Amino acid sequence: MRFRLNGKQVDVRAPAMKRLLDVLREDCGLTGTKEGCGEGECGACTVLLDGQAVNSCLVPFGQVRGRSVKTIEGLRGRHPLQDAFITEGGAQCGICTPGMIMAAAALPPNATLDQVRVGLAGNLCRCTGYMGIYRAVKKAQGSGLKAQARTRAKAGTNRTQKAAR
Amino acid sequence: MLHGRTIRSTIPCGRIRSINLTSDPAGFTVVDYRSIPGRNVVALIADDQPCLAERVVRHYAEPILLLAHEDRERLITAEVDVQYEPSEPLLDPLRSPNVFKSIAIHKGDLEAGFARADEIVEGEYRVGHQEHVYIETNGVIAVPGDGAVTVYGSLQCPYYVQKALRVMLGLPAERVRVVQAETGGGFGGKEEYPSIVAAHACLLALKSQRPVKLIYDRAEDMVATTKRHPAIIRTRTGVTREGRLTAIDIDVLLDGGAYMTLSPVVLSRGVIHATGPYRCDNVRVNGRVVMTNTPPNGAFRGFGAPQTQFAAEVHMERIAERLGMDPVRLREMNALRAGDTTATGQVLGRDTSALAVLREAVARTDFKRRRREMRGTRRGLGLALFFHGAGFTGSGEVRLASKASLELTERGARILVASADMGQGSRTVHAQIVAETLGVPYEAVEVARVDTASVPDSGPTVASRTTMIVGGLLERCAAEMRRTLGRLTPREYLKRHGPIVITKQYEAPTTAVFDEDTYTGDAYGTYAWACDVAEVEYDPVTYEIRPVHITAVQEIGRALNPMLAAGQIEGGTAQGVGYALLEEVVMRDGHMANAQLTNYAAPTTMDTPRIDVVIQERPYRHGPFGAKGLGELPFDGVAPAIANAVRHLGFDVRALPLTPERIMNAPPVRKPK
Repeated sequence: MRFRLNGKQVDVRAPAMKRLLDVLREDCGLTGTKEGCGEGECGACTVLLDGQAVNSCLVPFGQVRGRSVKTIEGLRGRHPLQDAFITEGGAQCGICTPGMIMAAAALPPNATLDQVRVGLAGNLCRCTGYMGIYRAVKKAQGSGLKAQARTRAKAGTNRTQKAAR
Repeated sequence: MLHGRTIRSTIPCGRIRSINLTSDPAGFTVVDYRSIPGRNVVALIADDQPCLAERVVRHYAEPILLLAHEDRERLITAEVDVQYEPSEPLLDPLRSPNVFKSIAIHKGDLEAGFARADEIVEGEYRVGHQEHVYIETNGVIAVPGDGAVTVYGSLQCPYYVQKALRVMLGLPAERVRVVQAETGGGFGGKEEYPSIVAAHACLLALKSQRPVKLIYDRAEDMVATTKRHPAIIRTRTGVTREGRLTAIDIDVLLDGGAYMTLSPVVLSRGVIHATGPYRCDNVRVNGRVVMTNTPPNGAFRGFGAPQTQFAAEVHMERIAERLGMDPVRLREMNALRAGDTTATGQVLGRDTSALAVLREAVARTDFKRRRREMRGTRRGLGLALFFHGAGFTGSGEVRLASKASLELTERGARILVASADMGQGSRTVHAQIVAETLGVPYEAVEVARVDTASVPDSGPTVASRTTMIVGGLLERCAAEMRRTLGRLTPREYLKRHGPIVITKQYEAPTTAVFDEDTYTGDAYGTYAWACDVAEVEYDPVTYEIRPVHITAVQEIGRALNPMLAAGQIEGGTAQGVGYALLEEVVMRDGHMANAQLTNYAAPTTMDTPRIDVVIQERPYRHGPFGAKGLGELPFDGVAPAIANAVRHLGFDVRALPLTPERIMNAPPVRKPK
């Protein structure tokens, strides 16, 4: 079955009814995606399917043909969310963290606290009481915006330079 | 690698007539009690629990047979036919004649105390099971060696597992190696149960001579593993018209389930905390934990104290209601102060902060004014004052005699302890303690993997003891290492004198004497103190209670890492919100009927209110840099604070969780005479 996995075209042989969660962990060797309940309640197995957060324990592998799957391993380098989860106490035991970060990555960039709460309502965390997670998302939003601003500023400089030439 | 599976009883009580694997047995490794080379027990306090049932089952989901197979699908679909002769199960703890442990605390003269009272307030309070819902279920991998075995697992107490395996396998310690894998949450749920998972995986691994992976799915984890003890608490209190407590008489009954596990120690902590943080000269607490034909209950954050302090704080609220008195004033009048004695006669030190946390919580939330303003609205405001003793109860720490070691490295030092980091951040805090004491940068301190082959037994990772007790041992190790180094850098010292490892063992602060026969003396080295204020809103149509805001003021000696400390308080508070409002284990015929996250509701983002944390610091002189234990305290007071906010709305609630059904059926709070 051909699909895009973390930005790369891949071809994986696995039964069509196998859970995407198991295909990722066992056939693709990507163990960052976790299983917490196997019934779509806890969100530990959250991945992005065509940019939308889904529970990979509820997705039969057959459904990903030709689509794009992004897992925690696909956040290249250190994503601002990952940094913010570390510095703001967004992660304690860590088992919900990959799914939580993927769900947070699917939020609109300027999500309000209420939008964050609704957006993360499908992801259980038993350690933090969610407060550290909200702080982390907010901080990442801030640094994400700064990063965008930097990119824009850089692009602006380039244009100016080009114009000068 | 083989996958393992546990075949469990489907009745709560009876005899096993026959066991038959009805599927094609090709490729299966099958283990029953006859394959156990040592003793068929899960060694803990009493060796009463079999590793695998022999002829009798005493609870639903009791392990009977173990299977392993290379092909997971074949393993899951394999059928085993177990025939039973069922017998009548004992499910009601009030009718159980089998007492695992009873404890009595006596202080002063109870009759004289009641004689001096103007009012006597009585009540019964009930709490049910609570499931841990660590997001990572129980699981281990066992790897067989030459007459030895290595276990990698999600666990809190590597040396508990090692001891259980030694007894069950009949092997010496050096042939049983236990390694803690990164652990996805514990909360007490991985204190004693991993010994069973590890034992089963080892039996399969030794029989097949192949590595075996035994991971529970969520349903199995919920139906079979330990839970918080249900409790029935009856309280009778004498009080003067002005609000002084003259006598407290408490009866605590815990449902232990089918085997003893850690129940006696849970009961011990429960009865010691049963009065709440209040002064009273005349106290009697009678506690007992009894056997029922239900899956054994065990450790869970708070360890008996949340049950009894729920009763204590709702009861205090009822006393205030009866006297027509301000609940804050009643608590101020009776709160324990430095120099007061607890129910066990422990004289409290200068780090006694009941009044300080109460006043801060009341001031910060503008409690009295806002409570008046909310009267007649759909909002309610309530508070709970509570405390938690850190470390093992009584002489437990002396008996444990934990050790911690510190090894000098080229850059600094390497910590060798058996403390399992399961999210609380113990590795970080231990490294901070060592770096600060040794005078090296934090980055120069490493923490060794928790592996019984290389770290000493620093005791279990439980009882809010990892910073206060184990951190204290590391502080002593680092102080001695600093003296040993003198002016030399670690690199220079190693070059001149060679490697050093410094080990320290627990020594009781001289003041801590506890008599376990009379239950008198210093029950804990010290206590941490807290006051929670809960604001709730109720829906008059659905009777749902929505928590709006919780303010948690907690005095913890010293917050060595304020971010991690706040994380413990926020997380413990959220678990308490679940206990108060949502989490109900439905027991039907001795088994959990709602063993799924679909219908056992742990709090999501939408169920968890805003939590404001206020940390107060009054250093404990025997804790590292003044730190007290913190992990469990935040859980203890949330449910009574929420229940008291619901009482403020006019509902006389005395049992948890506060589901819409309970609220709808609650009688109104009676107005004072």
